[in-house]
Amino acid sequence: MTVFMVRRLMQSVVVLLVMSVIVFLGVFAIGNPVDILISPDADQLERERAIRALGLDRPLWEQYFVFLANAVRGDLGRSFVFNEPALRLIFERMPATLELAGTAVVLSLIIGIPLGLYAGLRPQAATSKGIMAGSIVGFSLPTFWQGLMFIMIFAVMLGWLPSTGRGQVGSFLGIKSSLFTRDGLAHVILPAANLALGNAALIIRLTRAGVRETLLQDYIKFARAKGLSPRRVVGVHVLRNILIPLVTVLGLEIAGLIAFAVVTESIFAWPGMGKLIIDSINQLDRPVMVAYLMMIVLLFIVINLIVDILYSVIDPRVRLQDVKG
Amino acid sequence: MTGYAGPTLEVRDLKTHFFTRAGVVKAVDGVSFEIGKGRILGLVGESGSGKSITGFSILGLVDPPGRVVDGEIRFKGENLVDQPDERLRAIRGNRIAMIFQDPMMTLNPVLRIDTQMIEAVQAHHDVSADEARRRARDALGRVGIPSPDERLKAYPHQFSGGMRQRVAIAIALLNNPELIIADEPTTALDVTIQGQILYEVQKLCRETGTSLIWITHDLSVVAGLADHICVMYAGKLAESGPVDAVLDRPLHPYTKGLLGSVPSRNKRGSPLAQIPGMTPSLMNLPEGCPFADRCPRVQADCREAVPPMIEILPGRLARCIHPHLEDQA
Amino acid sequence: MTAPIAMPAKAETPFRRLVSEFLEDKLAVVGAVVLTLILLVALFAPLISPQNPYDLSKLDILDSRLPPGSKSMDGITFWLGTDGQGRDMLSGIFYGLRTSLAVGVFSGVLAMMVGMALGLTAAYVGGRTETLIMRLVDLQLSFPTILIALILLAVLGQGVGKIILALVIVQWAYYARTIRGTALVERRREYVEAAICLGLSKARIIFGHILPNCMPPMIVIGTVQVAGAIALEATLSFLGIGLPITEPSLGLLIANGFEYLLSGKYWISFFPGIALLVTIISINLVGDQLRDVLNPRLKR
Repeated sequence: MTVFMVRRLMQSVVVLLVMSVIVFLGVFAIGNPVDILISPDADQLERERAIRALGLDRPLWEQYFVFLANAVRGDLGRSFVFNEPALRLIFERMPATLELAGTAVVLSLIIGIPLGLYAGLRPQAATSKGIMAGSIVGFSLPTFWQGLMFIMIFAVMLGWLPSTGRGQVGSFLGIKSSLFTRDGLAHVILPAANLALGNAALIIRLTRAGVRETLLQDYIKFARAKGLSPRRVVGVHVLRNILIPLVTVLGLEIAGLIAFAVVTESIFAWPGMGKLIIDSINQLDRPVMVAYLMMIVLLFIVINLIVDILYSVIDPRVRLQDVKG
Repeated sequence: MTGYAGPTLEVRDLKTHFFTRAGVVKAVDGVSFEIGKGRILGLVGESGSGKSITGFSILGLVDPPGRVVDGEIRFKGENLVDQPDERLRAIRGNRIAMIFQDPMMTLNPVLRIDTQMIEAVQAHHDVSADEARRRARDALGRVGIPSPDERLKAYPHQFSGGMRQRVAIAIALLNNPELIIADEPTTALDVTIQGQILYEVQKLCRETGTSLIWITHDLSVVAGLADHICVMYAGKLAESGPVDAVLDRPLHPYTKGLLGSVPSRNKRGSPLAQIPGMTPSLMNLPEGCPFADRCPRVQADCREAVPPMIEILPGRLARCIHPHLEDQA
Repeated sequence: MTAPIAMPAKAETPFRRLVSEFLEDKLAVVGAVVLTLILLVALFAPLISPQNPYDLSKLDILDSRLPPGSKSMDGITFWLGTDGQGRDMLSGIFYGLRTSLAVGVFSGVLAMMVGMALGLTAAYVGGRTETLIMRLVDLQLSFPTILIALILLAVLGQGVGKIILALVIVQWAYYARTIRGTALVERRREYVEAAICLGLSKARIIFGHILPNCMPPMIVIGTVQVAGAIALEATLSFLGIGLPITEPSLGLLIANGFEYLLSGKYWISFFPGIALLVTIISINLVGDQLRDVLNPRLKR
């Protein structure tokens, strides 16, 4: 188990380094780094001072190491727009995004797994066909359009829920989140549902496919031959087996949620990292883009690591590969 | 059901058909047999003869598009056909247990052995998990698995093939069933292990008085194990009778052909005897005897109608109008 | 000799069986029909649009923001209303469909070619090249598509060519991985051994024999990918970093209508949205059924 962990950690470091090289090249080598790092409003004198200060007149590989050293120290440049360290901006916004993405993950699992189970157990039922048709709609709908529809229906036409912004932040066990206030919950429902729907559709399909394949296995027949109740057969034997393919894609799913939060945050004016990056792209605030990219990569690596650990917990064949009776 | 004096299991004219897009497959088409307390019945046939489906039909485990369309399955006098699922569930794994062919596929790979054994006990008896675990341990001991406590905590893939099948047998024995249906349980194992398991199963059945139906395609397995043998062909019984009589002096030409094709019975150097031709399609059975096209003794009247299963000699039935009477001493 | 297993009356080629199995799912048939309609509309957009929405001389600002069904000064009916500039929504949607489909399909086909080339190379050359290509694929596939697109557009800037490039880069990896997997499996099959015994050249074997057998999964993936590409392009355009205003796709149309949503003029965003939706859903319906029909593991 520890060998496994160490190997994964080393892989992660490699990935991080590779990404840093790519980001570095993207910013410092392609395009004019002067434009990227120095605010376009600076005049000639300031530019020259900045060039020397930033070391842009030095060879590329030296610049890379400076970049890396700075990055490790947490300095990824200052935002042009806000004139604050880019990393700090990202950190300020991250909780909001994580809150949104977290709620969306939970929602999509709560909706997706039961519906997928049902559709897999009774594939011929009208409800199941409805669920599958619904799931196609769910992941075909581009997130932004779903968001628009949500606003249109729930905020404008029905007036049940607020259409923009994040609600009040409450505190629980030292953690601050808008999920702990009623106002906060009202604000988070629409954007979280928006994010969750596409994912839920995928989970429904995955679960259903998994159930269909699992039901054909001999061990299910054997479980029935032992006289187990249908509830046990499904709840334990089937469920444990479909968790495996689900967890496999879970990492990518969560990563996708965080990325697609970009769209949802733009529509619902949710003050998270996503809105920040879109604004930065439009305003050409490159330091913020760089900081965002590096943070995202780090987040993904952590998520993938956690998912791998989860995977080995769920599938004993992976965990106990080296042990043979 | 207490004090029931009749046979443990009586199957009368069982018919299990599969309704597929291409047609109706008559997998089991009129099979009858019975088995008494503590007796061992060998159900023999080649693949596609319907023997496994017969086993599944008894427990009501035939999956759509198949279903039992006719016949009776009397377990201690009670007809299991058309019973509601709850009633069947109370019997499965409890009074009738089943052992499948490939233990790697029949044990759930992500659950521990003890989980899979404890649930088999708790499905039928209201006992604590500890008590169930104790019974599981005992069962493992009875099938000869060393250090059962550690084994209980393990996962199926950590066992060898022979061990896994012993676990499957242990699970079958957990609730002291009156009948065990074993569907080719040793086919996937190598010959030495096969021998051990056969011996142990036979001993257990004699000791506990459990009836056993052993389904196989391998005649040599049945020879040393069973009391009574039923030979299946194309969904019907070809012959049935006491095992020694059937194997030494077969009545049905198919049985004789099967015996003749066993490699050990052939002389070295001479080509292996085979039954020519192929089994007929179960969707398109011919009018007369299904074995007619391959039979060395076939005559015109064989093709007119399906021969009935009749008692040709005391205790010996065969579905043939020209059986090998000349061999009977 | 005994009669063999009963054969169905008419000999069924694999293709015919595929088509008949495909037609079993009513939804997929509906999807296929709708898709064909959409393709025809996109193809003939200039001919069937009531108005050319990009001919500035024809637009009248007084026609702007009219609800569906209103009539213009010249007597044309605006079946789906007009947008902020007075453009007929229906025509806008026809042209927008054209752009969206063109970009989506073109980038999809291009990505498939790139993916196939790299995937097949990886499968055949093996060794370091294969490892390098597959690591690249793994790296890319562990990132969400929208993120990659964002990064690329941030670096490359805007414009039709750049968007297509970004879409191709986003998609190629999935094709490459699939075809490499399939090619590796096919390589071990008997018909390849037979072809080698016959002395066919490597290229002939790869392109003439193995490639056709890799096509089924590629087709399935292709449909889903194209739908995804269309959705992605729409999302990017909606966010303002996609296609420029001169080549408006459905995404841009929807974006334009966003500001009017809260004031009740829903049609400016709604109808292009429906058009986008229907397109994507029908592609997915068809692709879905194709996947079920071509999946050997679910043989009934």
